[in-house]
Amino acid sequence: MSMPNQTFRTRVSEGLQDAYRRNVVGKVQDYFRAMRNNIFEELGNVEEWRERAAQIRSHTIENLDAYLEMFSENIQKNGGHVAFAADAAEANRYIQSVAKQHEVKTVVKSKSMVTEEIHLNGALEDIGVEVFETDLGEFIIQLDNDRPSHIVGPAMHKSKQQVAEIFSKKAGETLPADAQELGRFAREYLRDKFFRADMGITGCNFGVAESGSVVIVSNEGNVEMTSSLPRVHVVVMGMERLVPSWEELDVLISLLPRSATGQRTISYATAIHGPKRENDLDGPEEWHVVIVDNGRSKLLGTKYQQALNCIRCGNCSNVCPVYRHIGGHAYGGVYNGPIGAVITPLMENLPEWKELAFASSLCGACTEACPVKIPLHEYLIELRHDVTETSEDTWSERMVAHLFGTATAHPSLYEMGQKAARLPFLSSAAGPMKAWQENRDLPEPAKQTFRDWWRQHKGGER
Amino acid sequence: MKVALFVTCLADVFFPDVGKSVVQVLESQGVEVVFPPDQTCCGQVTFNSGYWEDSKKSAKHFIEVFENEEYIIAPSGSCASMIRLHYPKLFEDEPNWKKRAEQVAERVYEFSEFLVHVLGLEQLQASFPAKATYHQSCHMGRGLGLINEPLQVLSKVEGLQIEPLPNQEDCCGFGGTFSVKMPEISVAMASEKIKHINESGADLVITSDLGCLMHIGGFAKRQGNGIRMLHVAEVLANQKG
Ligand code: SF4
Repeated sequence: MSMPNQTFRTRVSEGLQDAYRRNVVGKVQDYFRAMRNNIFEELGNVEEWRERAAQIRSHTIENLDAYLEMFSENIQKNGGHVAFAADAAEANRYIQSVAKQHEVKTVVKSKSMVTEEIHLNGALEDIGVEVFETDLGEFIIQLDNDRPSHIVGPAMHKSKQQVAEIFSKKAGETLPADAQELGRFAREYLRDKFFRADMGITGCNFGVAESGSVVIVSNEGNVEMTSSLPRVHVVVMGMERLVPSWEELDVLISLLPRSATGQRTISYATAIHGPKRENDLDGPEEWHVVIVDNGRSKLLGTKYQQALNCIRCGNCSNVCPVYRHIGGHAYGGVYNGPIGAVITPLMENLPEWKELAFASSLCGACTEACPVKIPLHEYLIELRHDVTETSEDTWSERMVAHLFGTATAHPSLYEMGQKAARLPFLSSAAGPMKAWQENRDLPEPAKQTFRDWWRQHKGGER
Repeated sequence: MKVALFVTCLADVFFPDVGKSVVQVLESQGVEVVFPPDQTCCGQVTFNSGYWEDSKKSAKHFIEVFENEEYIIAPSGSCASMIRLHYPKLFEDEPNWKKRAEQVAERVYEFSEFLVHVLGLEQLQASFPAKATYHQSCHMGRGLGLINEPLQVLSKVEGLQIEPLPNQEDCCGFGGTFSVKMPEISVAMASEKIKHINESGADLVITSDLGCLMHIGGFAKRQGNGIRMLHVAEVLANQKG
């Protein structure tokens, strides 16, 4: 999750200039809004569902150490291997060593954000392993050397024409910009990779602690192939992805697709309980689960702990007006949208990512939409507070804030300030309201303030 | 019944007519309005920018000025939500102030909320022949949960026709300091809001927050689009005949 070599401002203006992407995101958001309303209505009491889901997640995170222990013991009982990785380097080293041990030449991958976060593809390529993303969106991104722009729809920002160009380069012939044709190319291209691959790597939506199972939901069905065809299957998951038991899973898995894409159910839910057993027809011979921390435990026990409740449904992006206009790349990290703005600075470091906290109008749409009730916009306010406490380069702003605080505590000073607000200097090209004035008119200050009017008309009364 | 008016800083300097309208509507309903002259600002600007210590100074002053009033009325969903939702949180570590903040929080009402829930407003002597649309500000709607209240009071205005606003729950992009710190994004949001306002076919936009009004109106004006905007109170204060 490293910052691309661009400032936040540049990324934002690039995002704003991308007319195609803005149009698509707007349409997707409007469509989801309509879908989600219907689909959620069907559930009955939506608020109760959210409350229950939030409780499940909070309970799990509060007892994360116990559930992690239970989960990993059960994986081992089922014949799997468990590894804890404190950071990206550790996770990559472990996966590299498994690959070397099995003389892996080809890897197929499906459904994993965390591997993007730790730059696993690069690490595998470094040791001469070929890596193929098999989910359509990730496949497009990989071929184009791009980054995902949405948690659930990573290639949402690409047009059919762009995809056709990208695929044509790979195919060595001109492919038509037709969804069917492009889909067929991807399938054919990937088919033999599936059979050739010695190792499959997937993510994990939920780890079920009571049974040591890994549950992955998808719409394309690649997960099955990625996890069962190659000899070795490696699951890479964030350390917070657990649920205590199947009962809780049921609740969360009802909410995930509804929140993510407005779907009633997902097309595929794969549950993996371990490597192939004696009488099993298929499945990998060896099964590894790599549990990645990489900054997550920094949130434990802090006021931000609930950010770990996230189930990565992407719904906060689907309703966010800022995301709608600037797009996912502007956020700079792997996780974009409101949840990205919250967790990127927390998992990495605040000073480097401080603009993200301010890239919100605090409208609260994200908080309202989050199925597990993470107080996203309130966290952004908290982060701003942390920024002012820690950063050193906001001196002039800080002075203004102090003056303001002092003035509001002293009515006569405050009134002087209110009068000063009518001075032309404030709204002039060099004044503090310059940024406002570039694109908007300021209203003319009234000839008489309300308080002067009150004094004049209601004089004597307080 | 006696209420204390918190006029808010934007209304005081830029939109005094809103304050006057609030007074007029309340008085027409037989309510006595007082204006504590020592009032300043609720402190939302510094709070949302992260300067909580400075915000506390504003909040303490507000509490001192208003804590003995039974009803505190603000013509602004966002200032009312600052006081109701954030004051108690600001004083997490100062139990005494927290208690005082909570008491004040319970007594603060947004204008239309007060009319509907406390006054039980039945009739108005207001008439405003226009095709209007209502912009629901985020702090009113999501923050305070006041979605129907303004529409309820507006429905009592003779001749006023309210058209639905497409994507009505979308933020207009004001967001206080956001509008200055992230001007490009803020303006992109305003521009989409104006597109939707135009689609609604209304020739008047009514809102409960002066920040939104200043932002949408200021952007429209710069674009040469003279969208007419008013605060709910100004519409209600327009007397019949
Ligand atoms: S923060 Fe909430 S809405 Fe956003 S991705 Fe996570 S679970 Fe979904």
